[in-house]
Amino acid sequence: MISLAQLLTLSAIVFSLAIAGIFLNRKNVILLLMCVELLLLAANFNFIAFSRYLGDINGQVFVFFILTVAAAESAIGLAILVVLFRERRSINVEDLNTLKG
Amino acid sequence: MLIQGLFYLFATILVLAALGVISSRNPVYSALALVLCFVTSAAIWLLIEAEFLAVVLVLVYVGAVMVLFLFVVMMLDIDLAELRQGFTRFAWLGWLTALAVIVEIAGVVWARGGLGIDASHGGTPQPATYSNTTELGTALYTRYAYPLELAAVLLLVAIVAAITLTMRRRAGLKYQDINKQVAVRARDRVRLVKMPAEKRP
Repeated sequence: MISLAQLLTLSAIVFSLAIAGIFLNRKNVILLLMCVELLLLAANFNFIAFSRYLGDINGQVFVFFILTVAAAESAIGLAILVVLFRERRSINVEDLNTLKG
Repeated sequence: MLIQGLFYLFATILVLAALGVISSRNPVYSALALVLCFVTSAAIWLLIEAEFLAVVLVLVYVGAVMVLFLFVVMMLDIDLAELRQGFTRFAWLGWLTALAVIVEIAGVVWARGGLGIDASHGGTPQPATYSNTTELGTALYTRYAYPLELAAVLLLVAIVAAITLTMRRRAGLKYQDINKQVAVRARDRVRLVKMPAEKRP
């Protein structure tokens, strides 16, 4: 049987790689969205690992809802991306400075 | 032993694919590496007896979300060279953060009694008659019935939002107005004219 510590370490590695990806690809909105998906995957790993460890099904129900929300998020994010590209002909984060934030 | 070996194999593939996602030059390759990530994760979830979620991950993520990503990546005409500019400027910060997160979490996990629980085993294996789908379905449709409905409404709202965001009306485009087509009456289109019959010469 795979131990809890192994799963948590794997999820930590994936999580930190995704964070590094956000730092590396900070100009490309598509890659930022992909890195967010990777972060959510690592979080799901933790939920399932603890669900199995504690013998409690509720953790897996949470993963189910996280998958739902992540699918909705990526659909709307990509729609916004398409509209953005149509307006600006670019998906560079540095071009998005209309609000002067 | 076999399960351990498979776990390490899939974990290696997962980490390498995640590296591919964040470091490949072409967003298409990134998306494909992310697909590999999801498939290997599903395999690992199968190994730890979360079968239903493994299948859902492949169906929903690989089948729907990643196809959407690939469509968008290929539809947009992106200037990659400009986006790659300054790729390594903050790379050291990224790797430093990644290393810090790994060390912190691994330190907590592997420290003896760090979590207050014994993390060196992974729960009791389920008996052969155990059905993960039945268990999850029972929880979803009894205790979580109301959140499940909310999730369904959320998906519907996401569909409507995505369609309204991306729909556009171009000027000079010919399209049918269904309202007018349905509301049309025969007397608007056809005019019956009475004509007296002609006499035979």
